[in-house]
Amino acid sequence: MSDLFPEAWKSLPGPEDITRVELSNGITILTRSNFDSPSVVVTGYLDAGTTLDPDDKLGLAHFTAAALMRGTQKRPFQEIYNELESAGASLGFGASVHNTGFGGRCLVEDLPLLFSLFSEALRTPSFPEDQVERLRDQILTSLSIQAQDTWDMASLVFDQILFAGHPYARPDDGTPETIRAIQVDDLRSFQKRHFGPQGMVIVVVGGVSASEVIDRVQQAVGDWENPDQIMPPAYPPVQALGEPVRRHVPLAGKSQTDLLMGSLAPRRNSPEYLAASVGNHILGQFGMMGRIGEVVREQAGLAYHAGTSLNAMLAAGSWEISAGVNPVNLERAIDLIRKEVDRFVREPVTAQELQDTQDNYIGRLPLSLESNGGVANSLLNLERFQLGLDYYRRLPQMIREITTAHVLEAAKSYLHPENLLVVSSGPELA
Amino acid sequence: MPNPVTKVRFSNGLQIHLKEIHTAPLVSHWVWYRVGSRNEKPGKTGISHWVEHMQFKGTAQFPNGDLDKAISREGGSWNAMTYLDWTTYYEKLPTDRIDLALRLEADRMINSLYDPAEVESERTVIISEREGKENEPIFRLDEAIQIAAFDSHPYRYEVIGDMQDLWKIARADLYEHYRTYYTPNNTLIALAGDFNTEKILARLTELYGDIPAGPEINGQIEIEPPLRAERRVEVSGPGDTTYLRLAYRAPAARDPDFFAFTVLDSLLSGPSGLMMSGGGLSNKTSRLYRALVERELSVSISGGLQATIDPFLYVITAIVHPRSTSEAVLAAIDAEIQRLQNHLVDAAEIARAIKQARALFAYGSENISNQAFWLGFAEMFGDYAWFENYMQSLEQVTPQDVMRIAQTYLQSSRRVAGTYLPTGEAGEQE
Repeated sequence: MSDLFPEAWKSLPGPEDITRVELSNGITILTRSNFDSPSVVVTGYLDAGTTLDPDDKLGLAHFTAAALMRGTQKRPFQEIYNELESAGASLGFGASVHNTGFGGRCLVEDLPLLFSLFSEALRTPSFPEDQVERLRDQILTSLSIQAQDTWDMASLVFDQILFAGHPYARPDDGTPETIRAIQVDDLRSFQKRHFGPQGMVIVVVGGVSASEVIDRVQQAVGDWENPDQIMPPAYPPVQALGEPVRRHVPLAGKSQTDLLMGSLAPRRNSPEYLAASVGNHILGQFGMMGRIGEVVREQAGLAYHAGTSLNAMLAAGSWEISAGVNPVNLERAIDLIRKEVDRFVREPVTAQELQDTQDNYIGRLPLSLESNGGVANSLLNLERFQLGLDYYRRLPQMIREITTAHVLEAAKSYLHPENLLVVSSGPELA
Repeated sequence: MPNPVTKVRFSNGLQIHLKEIHTAPLVSHWVWYRVGSRNEKPGKTGISHWVEHMQFKGTAQFPNGDLDKAISREGGSWNAMTYLDWTTYYEKLPTDRIDLALRLEADRMINSLYDPAEVESERTVIISEREGKENEPIFRLDEAIQIAAFDSHPYRYEVIGDMQDLWKIARADLYEHYRTYYTPNNTLIALAGDFNTEKILARLTELYGDIPAGPEINGQIEIEPPLRAERRVEVSGPGDTTYLRLAYRAPAARDPDFFAFTVLDSLLSGPSGLMMSGGGLSNKTSRLYRALVERELSVSISGGLQATIDPFLYVITAIVHPRSTSEAVLAAIDAEIQRLQNHLVDAAEIARAIKQARALFAYGSENISNQAFWLGFAEMFGDYAWFENYMQSLEQVTPQDVMRIAQTYLQSSRRVAGTYLPTGEAGEQE
């Protein structure tokens, strides 16, 4: 327990107030009551994501998830949404690389309705042809908007190069060609083969008791079985870039160029993750976006946004440094960032920087969980990355134990200034 | 039983709103200044937002760079927003650390430095912020619509300001704007969270009690008469997606019509959460979704009304379906508006909108930061009673009110119709 904010830390989820139950069909439930709230948040995931998309049908998991609410064997589209929206409730599905996720919220009194729609959409979607075609047009339009977005394009190409040969390299939403190739039967078959209770996690947080949550989940999906459920394959290892790569995606008619630089990062469960995360905070988040913000924004005045992020996933991660700059300042920004990365892997961070960031980590967590949604996401992460129900109680100590040497070691393992990936998108390079 | 609100006004005019909430160990603190783009003159647009940026550049007591570190070190988060009618600064801190936020806000109300070198460095940061917005088709369309929607009222300017003005505004302009509007009599301080009202009031008295009131600010701005003929604007740019946006002059938030308009918007384009309310709902059963998206005239539709001091704009935005046209979308929207003008809506439809609003209100209220936000925000265009009576005001809306609103405000002669026309240029130039 942190000696800094003992009262605050008592408010964090821990083993005493999280209920975790595994149903006999493989579903895991995590729930935490908040009787100050008249509403409930439901979130979770299935063990089926875009890694299961065939190469010629990229976007299939995403398309399937989006189509679940377009009609069920019991109700047509308008009836589903009439029930949902009349109650002021929401429910949606979406796919990410590892999972098909879901999220909903409602007033406590409408929880039975939410679970009943949830169960129908998940287990008995009907994929009506007209709705699927309408959805296809919507996905194609969003891809077309994305193709005009400098940030989206830089990000897409960054992943393609950084994770070449790995499922993480592929676009979650597919491409216009692959979206056009997907048939209604593909959606049906994806749902049938990959949706099932094995590996499914449901988190419920709000003004409802744990026993009621367990009963509701039991009623909704407790009898769900799918003996044919095909689980995702193991993920191949990722390879760090052996050479520097520079790529520009030209987009006409833009005022700003989005820049993305970086390398691989540790996976979420790696022993190096926390040290890398603390280091990343110093590099591009603390205060006004860390060292990168200080140099690129505060000193040089080159960008409104300039900072870093560490995206740690199950199999690997990416360490990203980004900035939005005027095209004429692009090379200068790249140069400034490169120098900072160089310094970051050569010299340890200062004791003061480490101390500041440790204090921030330890202080901010209780503040980030003031809503049901915030608590629900934190429970989801505990389960997704198998961190343990007491993770938040142990975290302050783990953060305090990180040294400047740990940070330097993590930086050196992943950030290689000589082999950085540099991707930009904006007007044609001069 | 809702937590009571303590309202105090100091002799220098400073307003204080306090609400104790002890469900989480944190305090949310907001300082609201009655200044925004509404207070700007041609040639100086964007100055309120720029002043907001300069307020992060240090005082003698909290030099630049120390401010953000000081807050971050305590685990806190902070930021600021500038809008049409107001500028607000906020901090969220652990209970026992809130004094830091109180001290720094009191200090920067009067002691910000506006170092000339910092002004220059921030000029390019803000220009970069604007260039980032210019990358978005919808920003470019919005800017063209807003300037067409008003002839003289400052609501015609984007908050970020005109690019030419951003190059011209000088340090003296910024400092004068700061000294004019950052006075106790133009300010409201709102706190919600885990504190003791008496102690906080005593501390605020120490910090602000001796700051002299500034000259009275004439906050009246001449209201423009409604448009008499429809105005059309077109913006073109790369890509292949067409956007249609309609902007109708709307009532001010204090106008009793605002509530009937809110219900109308909910029926027409779907329920919108009050600002900062923690997420909205889907709108798939709204009249426009059914008339446009289900008939494949548009791929999405949204509407929005904003709470402002003077009449601003009610905006409807459609992303045109690739196989449709903006004319067809416009005709379908007009048909739905005519239906509202000519036929009374069912009382049950209104009751449904009320239930949706109640749910959204409940979601928004579970978050302490949102509650603190509303303590101040409501006073920027009305008073806190506006917020307290919000649900009750909606409940009084009748079908006749909705019809009258449609007839009065949604005449095509009172609107600007804007289209973003894609030039069809390939986005990505290979």
